[in-house]
Amino acid sequence: MNDRYSRQTLFSPIGEAGQKKIRDKHVLLLGAGALGTGNAEALVRAGVGRLTVIDRDYVEWSNLQRQQLYTERDAKDRLPKAIAAKQRLMEVNSEVRVDAYVMDANPVEMERLLNGVDLMMDATDNFDGRMMMNDLSQKYQIPWIYGACVSSYGISYTILPGETPCLNCLLDRVPIGGMTCDTAGIISPAVQMVMAHQTVEAMKILVEDWSAVRQKLVSFDLWQNQHTSINVSKMKNDSCPSCGENPVYPFLEYKQQMKTAVLCGRDSVQIRPPANREWSLEEVAKTLAKQEGHVEQNPYLVSFTTENRRMVLFKDGRALIHGTQDITEAKTLYHRYLG
Amino acid sequence: MKLRINGEWLTVPETIHTVGDLLSHFQLDQRVVIVEQNETILEKESRSEIKVQDGDIIEIVQFVGGG
Repeated sequence: MNDRYSRQTLFSPIGEAGQKKIRDKHVLLLGAGALGTGNAEALVRAGVGRLTVIDRDYVEWSNLQRQQLYTERDAKDRLPKAIAAKQRLMEVNSEVRVDAYVMDANPVEMERLLNGVDLMMDATDNFDGRMMMNDLSQKYQIPWIYGACVSSYGISYTILPGETPCLNCLLDRVPIGGMTCDTAGIISPAVQMVMAHQTVEAMKILVEDWSAVRQKLVSFDLWQNQHTSINVSKMKNDSCPSCGENPVYPFLEYKQQMKTAVLCGRDSVQIRPPANREWSLEEVAKTLAKQEGHVEQNPYLVSFTTENRRMVLFKDGRALIHGTQDITEAKTLYHRYLG
Repeated sequence: MKLRINGEWLTVPETIHTVGDLLSHFQLDQRVVIVEQNETILEKESRSEIKVQDGDIIEIVQFVGGG
């Protein structure tokens, strides 16, 4: 027995008993970008028993400014973030079980991964993922911690099913077309601050110190020197379709259509085919090699550069189209090369 | 008029009469926000009618998506 956790167990709200609880817990982290890498590292260092990391993207140079688990090597290799994160996390603490999934998880896939999960952490960059997590949290009675940031601004809220309002209660509509890391940029202290709020709430939940949970919606702007904390408990809505008396979990409905998303901070569009479609990357690479353009491949993806655009194809049928934020153009390129 | 907004005292133009005016002033009128005035959370529909007064304590939280 070494003293790896000694400074944490000396902290009396955790103590030896709390440390044991942390070790018995399973946290699911959706997203391994800026917030995801920060939260993952903190939870793994804190000795969480098991961490499931889900991410759809791969490491690029523009990530290295703030995504703390990644190195230049990962960017050069275009390693999927979930894989790169797991490698680093295992070096940090080999006692933790880390399960990495390279996928754009839909509700059905998420439901499969939720078995035994004690807490979900939000580290996505979009509201589709958050609304899905919010409904899953209500359906399976698993707490989740919302966190988001852009420029020097950040926000966080802890959702306890059956107790606090859910995210759907707090929003008058699902935000679209707001600021993104693309238009407004992002500085790492804003990430770190949101992450600190999320991680400490996670620790409280993992040690089951429910009375310490913040209960307030917190937001800040580090550059403008502003800080806000609002008690939103009165916003719990009995007729909320996600957490009300007759919940229908609207964001878990699976619609049979091609999904597209403009990726935050990437000048890129993700295209996801309607049904789960695994394809042979070898075959894809062969097909593309016949086109005018440059093909690169690793075990996880094929990258194809042409017409000032780059297309990256993952094994599960997804594509990232770089160099555009135009969904139609991205779909056109996708269909042009992949049918 | 002086208002304490998100913890900071700010002087806002006299043309601002309502919470809705205030949100427009900060270019937040099209955004998804929660507004609290003197510890009361305001309904979205009432923001355009509710007056702001000198010394009000206003908290504005905007939902963003990055991460």
